[in-house]
Amino acid sequence: MEKKTGRIIKVAGPLVVANNMLGSKMYDVVFVSDMKLMGEIIELNEDTAYIQVYEETSGIGVGEPVYQTGYPLSVELGPGLIESIYDGTQRPLDKIYSQVGDFITRGIQTNALDRNKTWKFIPIVKKGDKVSEGDKLGYVQETSLIKHYIMVPPYLSGEVIDIKSGDFKVDDVVAVLKDKDNKNLEINMMQKWPVRKPRPYLEKLPPILPMFTGQRVIDMFFPISKGGTACVPGPFGSGKTVIQHQLSKWADAEVIVYIGCGERGNEMTDVLIEFPELVDPKSGEPLMKRTVLVANTSNMPVAAREASVYTGITIAEYFRDMGYSVALMADSTSRWAEAMREISGRLEEMPGEEGYPAYLAAKIASFYERAGRVKCLASEEREGALTVIGAVSPPGGDLSDPVVQATLRVVKVFWSLEAQLAYRRHFPAISWLNSYSLYIDNIKEYIIKNVSENYFELQNKSMRILEEEAELEEIVRLVGIDALSGNDRLILLVAKMIREDFLHQNAFHEIDTYSRIDKQYKMINVIQYFYTKGKEYLQKGINIVDIENMRVRDRVARMKYTPIENIENIESIKKEIDDEFDELLKKL
Amino acid sequence: MIKEYKGLVNIMGPLILVEGVSGVKYEELVEIELPDKSKKNGKVLEVNGNKALVQVFEGTTGIDIERTKTRFLGHGIHIGVSKDMLGKVYNGFGKPKSEKDKIIPEENLDINGAPINPYARNYPNEFIQTGISTIDGLNTLVRGQKLPIFSGSGLPHNKMAAQIARQSTVLGKDEQFAVVFGAMGITFEEAQFFIDDFKKTGAITRSVLFLNLADDPAIERIATPRVALTSAEFLAFKHDMHVLVILTDMTNYCEALREISAARKEVPGRRGYPGYLYTDLSTIYERAGRIKGKKGSITLIPILTMPEDDKTHPIPDLTGYITEGQIILSRSLNRKKILPPVDILPSLSRLKDKGIGKGKTREDHADLFNQLYASYARGKEAEELAVILGESALTDMDKVYLKFAQDFELEYISQGDYENRTIEQTLNLGWRLLSIFPKEELKRIRDENIEKYYKKV
Repeated sequence: MEKKTGRIIKVAGPLVVANNMLGSKMYDVVFVSDMKLMGEIIELNEDTAYIQVYEETSGIGVGEPVYQTGYPLSVELGPGLIESIYDGTQRPLDKIYSQVGDFITRGIQTNALDRNKTWKFIPIVKKGDKVSEGDKLGYVQETSLIKHYIMVPPYLSGEVIDIKSGDFKVDDVVAVLKDKDNKNLEINMMQKWPVRKPRPYLEKLPPILPMFTGQRVIDMFFPISKGGTACVPGPFGSGKTVIQHQLSKWADAEVIVYIGCGERGNEMTDVLIEFPELVDPKSGEPLMKRTVLVANTSNMPVAAREASVYTGITIAEYFRDMGYSVALMADSTSRWAEAMREISGRLEEMPGEEGYPAYLAAKIASFYERAGRVKCLASEEREGALTVIGAVSPPGGDLSDPVVQATLRVVKVFWSLEAQLAYRRHFPAISWLNSYSLYIDNIKEYIIKNVSENYFELQNKSMRILEEEAELEEIVRLVGIDALSGNDRLILLVAKMIREDFLHQNAFHEIDTYSRIDKQYKMINVIQYFYTKGKEYLQKGINIVDIENMRVRDRVARMKYTPIENIENIESIKKEIDDEFDELLKKL
Repeated sequence: MIKEYKGLVNIMGPLILVEGVSGVKYEELVEIELPDKSKKNGKVLEVNGNKALVQVFEGTTGIDIERTKTRFLGHGIHIGVSKDMLGKVYNGFGKPKSEKDKIIPEENLDINGAPINPYARNYPNEFIQTGISTIDGLNTLVRGQKLPIFSGSGLPHNKMAAQIARQSTVLGKDEQFAVVFGAMGITFEEAQFFIDDFKKTGAITRSVLFLNLADDPAIERIATPRVALTSAEFLAFKHDMHVLVILTDMTNYCEALREISAARKEVPGRRGYPGYLYTDLSTIYERAGRIKGKKGSITLIPILTMPEDDKTHPIPDLTGYITEGQIILSRSLNRKKILPPVDILPSLSRLKDKGIGKGKTREDHADLFNQLYASYARGKEAEELAVILGESALTDMDKVYLKFAQDFELEYISQGDYENRTIEQTLNLGWRLLSIFPKEELKRIRDENIEKYYKKV
């Protein structure tokens, strides 16, 4: 495979410079030294190539060889991806573990997809059918949740002259096509695709379908659509990772790709231990059966971290092409940006803001732009969606950080995490005053049709109450609560109910961790009902202090723990509200 | 074959440049012989053609251009490790402090280690009882966790770390921790405090000490946490020991890193620290953990002093992004003589949920912790309000919260240096303090736990 050999002339951290490299192309993969450390060419200058090496470079010296491959960094796509855990360059970590043990040593080469495992291939097309790029040839039941469709790779088409059925390995030929030049094309179950190149689709579609997440603050106030983009910036300890985990557990998507980019090792372990035990609310199957993990933790080589987000999104695009709705979580894009900064610094490029390279914003934008709801590349009508949710970890939680700013320019949903909320143990610590979602108009129609007509009315009213609370709190701070009118105190009371009984959601409580959209609607409805009644009875002369001490408030506080089978019980709280108000009126 | 070169081209700060070399490897260990025949150690930072840039650990004092000899040893920095290291003292580079500290190494290990495969990790979930209520009850530490103490100058972080080292046990087991202590740039007195304390309690026989004091070469500090963690890994994963690693003071380590970065004229990141500070710190902190199928574990408590008590300073900030929580010390509590002055609200242990509850501590622990936390937060808000408007402006319930917050600080947070509270005592103390409230106020506690413990313990 290796063609020409270059010679190292400089080693500085993850950057290696070699000469005698004519014939290689930008972003080609090379193997450095006889340890065969994988690297990628990131700059060419006559016959000198600048290489970012995906593994630790200690012990490498001048004069050692560099082997060219002529291929760009690519991922293997085929059955076996689901339930895998890969590093940033798609080496399976479980295979590395069985090869070399607890610690990752260098120069390990393994195949991303297991070559020995057989899969039962069931054909969809028959001999004589004309197929073109992206068309489904057949499928493999990869896990109980995922039918893995074997598609004609991009740029190929022709007439099926042979199609097999039965048990095959990923590199066995399952179909033969005859193209227009009468050439036979052998197709196996595995495609290779360069990670830095987006996979093709026919056209992008507007994001009109909501992606429900079961998280009340998100679904009710700052929803995301299928094919949308969102970012979650916040200081440490504000719960970014918990939100990302919650979304990958409960988001209404068929395939989840989770990229742990430069974060903690134990967090990936947590996912690995927890996901196989958690059950998908829709299918009753373990969540792991729809999940692909890419883990390049903070102590793993920095250049591979740079590659990991591309590896992840290419895998996600591949499932999108099958017609699935895919959600990709990247935790954290700041670490990815820092990896770019480190490489850029070693290249001695002129730095932009905060030392980040000048092309930072362009790279971030083109990454998020790979999301979207699309008409897939195929002759049949097929729709897929790729939703991208990126965590950002700005230094000191400061949102003026270049990575946050560059991200906000492209994403449509902003969930702002606040340390103050986290200190008060209000989780998810998504600020209701600063966050926004630009998808509300897109998904309005769907929600009105499928959830409720007055959904957005309730949403607006509730948001208004929260805003008024913020204003009133200023006044309370100056003059004390006694100076407020009964109506204002009622607003404070209802705002507190919205915050504590609706927005606050316990990710570690077996029922509260996931709220179906109809339950959310019923809950907010009850709170608004309480507000309407409260206003009414204040007018009738009931004292606000009595309202503040109503017993039914305890019922409202506990409605979040109502199991989904009993959600009709939430409705019955309205009756209790009526009864208790009447009781108060009688006492008067 | 070891090659020796005579003469240098350039000396700048802690760096020297050697020309005309061949076969030099990145990160290779270098022995430098001065004109007066004394020896220093260095590490290759960059090789470029026939030039090698070397970082000198002991500083460049006494090195000259003409007569200095450099010897490239063909391997990275290694440390000889053995179980006999327990009870011995080393310098910051892993060299024995005196004749009696020498050992016969069982193995020679590269101090950079290798990243633990995330697939091989075992999730930390075994509760460690430190005997300190603010940690056990509210910011629970578990085996294999990395939990830093964010402190400020003049705050008693050393006392707290020594107390943790002294008292830590795992419930129901009589295993004691081995302690690996890495000191970076701290004063003689501070180091002596730890040594005396370890001696007094007998912990010294199960401790390994790596000392780089304030007057030791600053650049040597770059190696100190790595040699400490390499020996900890050896003890934990080869000898099945539970190791508690205390690293103090990480701020000095980062400053040494900045010094080298500046000497190399790298593009600085925030406050002059290099852009790779996060990556560099993670290669230290991420070495804590547990591994599947191994009995031992590494629990890491780095201590750092926040310049100007500023939590957003790059060192605490990046540390917080890597570690699994943080214990923050408060100057105002310290002033009130509430010791250890743990600032409850911003402190956090991310792994506590897996380490507490039935079978680990007690079934009411999670609820109790949430309630104490929420009540204390509200009490502090009431306190602020009372400062502005006067106590009479508070509602009756707010007054109760205010009283709770004060009692909580005096009885729960405040604790003597030698007071070792069991988890049972800590939990019951929490219930006792909460009994000031009517039952209905305790919204975060499940009914069955209220039934069982409220006003009963």
